[in-house]
Amino acid sequence: MSRRSPILGFSFMTATGLASLVIVSAVVLVIVDIVTEGMHTLTWQFLTDEPREGMTAGGVFPAIIGTFYRVILMSIVGVPVGTITAIYLTEYASQQSVFARMIRFAVNTLAGVPAIVFGLFGLGFFVQFVGQNMDQVLTGGADLRWGQPNLLWASLTMALLTLPVVIVAVEEAIRTVPRELREASLALGATKWQTIWKVVLPNSMTGVLTGGILAVSRGAGEVAPILFTGAAYFLPHLPGSLSDQFMELGYHVYIMATQSPDVEATRGIQYATTLVLLVFTFSLNLVAVLLRYRIRKRLRT
Amino acid sequence: MERRFEREIEGLKTSLIKMASVVEDNVASAVQALLKEQKDLAEKVIAGDERVNELELENDNTIVDLLALQQPVASDLRFIIAAQKINNDLERIGDHAVNIAESAQTFAATHEQEPLLEIPKMCDIARGMLKDAIDSFINVDPVLAKRVLERDDEIDDLNRKTIRAVIELIRTDMKSLEVGLELTRVSRNLERIGDLTTNIAEEVIFQVQARVVKHHAEDRTDVHKIH
Amino acid sequence: MAMTEPQIRLRAENLNIHYGTKHAIKDVSLDIPSNQVTAFIGPSGCGKSTFLRALNRMNDLIETAQTTGKVLFDETNVYDPGVDVVELRKRIGMIFQKSNPFPKSIYENVAYGPRIQGEGDKRKLDEIVERSLQQAALWGEVKDDLDKSGLALSGGQQQRLCIARALAVEPEVILMDEPASALDPIATAKIEELIFELKERYTIAIVTHNMQQAARVSDRTAFFYLGELIEYDETKRMFTAPSKKQTEDYVTGRFG
Repeated sequence: MSRRSPILGFSFMTATGLASLVIVSAVVLVIVDIVTEGMHTLTWQFLTDEPREGMTAGGVFPAIIGTFYRVILMSIVGVPVGTITAIYLTEYASQQSVFARMIRFAVNTLAGVPAIVFGLFGLGFFVQFVGQNMDQVLTGGADLRWGQPNLLWASLTMALLTLPVVIVAVEEAIRTVPRELREASLALGATKWQTIWKVVLPNSMTGVLTGGILAVSRGAGEVAPILFTGAAYFLPHLPGSLSDQFMELGYHVYIMATQSPDVEATRGIQYATTLVLLVFTFSLNLVAVLLRYRIRKRLRT
Repeated sequence: MERRFEREIEGLKTSLIKMASVVEDNVASAVQALLKEQKDLAEKVIAGDERVNELELENDNTIVDLLALQQPVASDLRFIIAAQKINNDLERIGDHAVNIAESAQTFAATHEQEPLLEIPKMCDIARGMLKDAIDSFINVDPVLAKRVLERDDEIDDLNRKTIRAVIELIRTDMKSLEVGLELTRVSRNLERIGDLTTNIAEEVIFQVQARVVKHHAEDRTDVHKIH
Repeated sequence: MAMTEPQIRLRAENLNIHYGTKHAIKDVSLDIPSNQVTAFIGPSGCGKSTFLRALNRMNDLIETAQTTGKVLFDETNVYDPGVDVVELRKRIGMIFQKSNPFPKSIYENVAYGPRIQGEGDKRKLDEIVERSLQQAALWGEVKDDLDKSGLALSGGQQQRLCIARALAVEPEVILMDEPASALDPIATAKIEELIFELKERYTIAIVTHNMQQAARVSDRTAFFYLGELIEYDETKRMFTAPSKKQTEDYVTGRFG
């Protein structure tokens, strides 16, 4: 046995090294490909201009705005709901309670559901059920406003998708707050809620932010759920209200790659759009990292 | 920050000093009552011994407290051990003073001037030794304590001389038997006071230098030396 | 020496505590006198910490804990269903074994208690912070540096900060669970001296596994073993002439 271990150890090391190399190269290749193909199309005009001539020229400004709105809405709904659920699961629910176990089961299942299923759910529930009923209540069915795919339903669907991510991240963060801090607060005559608000949450803020950023990153890139819940191929104007449809970066690339009349001509635009999406996601992560660093520094001093 | 333990040790020392001064007074008064045949003063000494006994009990209590509850070590421990012995020694010196006072009462009752032989000289030496021993404790002065040890031989000598003189006295005049016995009693008590003050001086040296000097311990190779 | 009967601050009556099937405290009755230090000693697992935590209902945080019997504080049983636990903990404070200052500034640590009670006036808070830090013998060391993080202090200072934090709420009783066990001898001596000073204004109960500490610091000592109260007496008597052989064996170190 002892004679085989060094060889075993060495080959294991090599294997993991090679595997890492493969992964890193794959990422590098993809990025390099996108950057080189898309760089020349990426101009300031591209970012601020509307698409023209049937998508073969112009820019992607409306798509950027659409993505932006969607991500914001998604976060506004998803992060608080996820955080509150996580707080409930860790602080309030008894470990044995059936209700808590049900919630956990639901969260775990939700995490595994394919994105397209969310899209179908969004269509069936939000658009058709909720939306159409809202129209009935508000306007007696005359004005088909909410019963259609739009920004609101798409964002809510995405929020659902990213909910498990937020819950898990926040739960983890809350669990890392040491029990002694909670005990200290309670022993001073604080209520459970005061303890959570003033001690537990501030100390798990990095975790909450991580959860939020992870959720946003995941959501920014998903296209399937918004296929039938709100994204549109081309719109003459920017979305003005929640009941409007919107253009979207990821969707834009999909459409251009598969349904454009002239795929070759739009190739540059596709790559450039992808590049924009990548940069968008990266900068989101960067903001999160910076925020976490600053908060961590503030807690230490 | 002065700890409460340090305050308690200081309190013990103060109490011992107070006790020593009461004992010193009693010895001085007893001696004076004897030499000047003052019956009232002798009574005062006998009554004053009660205070000495009270203080001894108080100090015993304090010492048990300190040992049980404060786990003293090093110089604190040596001080407390020395204090315990000095406490006992002082109380016994007080008892010897009472004995001398009782002899003083007997002499005063006979209304005659008695021959005191070497007694006055012994009184002087004993009082001197006591004062020095107590001072060496108060000032933690091992040099002064050593000097006390050297004077003990003198008082032992004088005691033997006194007893021989008393024997002579009784031989020449049988009527002076009672007086003679009383004189030997006084002489022995003074000699014991000398011994006890020597003990006190030895304790002071132990406390300061962690050396055991009693029983000529330094000349013995089998006695454990504390460094 | 005749002594006036001391006033009783807390009284446990037939207290029983179970953790699931484990019977951790077996029918313990104990009086804690006002303005004195009462120490609980005993080997690991004897239940002394459990008993301490029962006094301010910190055991409520443990799901499997069941408590029967009474703990009387001002004639009210703290385990009565109508009792406001949050209020109770303002009057009975607690110091923990490992100091646990919040990751906030020294000022904010001490001000935490008054703030959650609604005190918002900055000047009053300043007063409370200074007074508490002084009572905890920490003011001199930190008064120019109140914005420094509580975590940047040494172990002994952190523990005094926790004491100041507890004092800021103006409790009547302070419970200490092995407050100096994680500290070096000098820091420990400072804490012990502090306890001696605090008992003039507060009633103190302290759990310690160091019985010499109990001897130095307390007026009365209770010896626990396997959940039972074996002996409870004046500290002096416990350490010079205990009544029970078990106590004698424990304090002389003859335990297994």
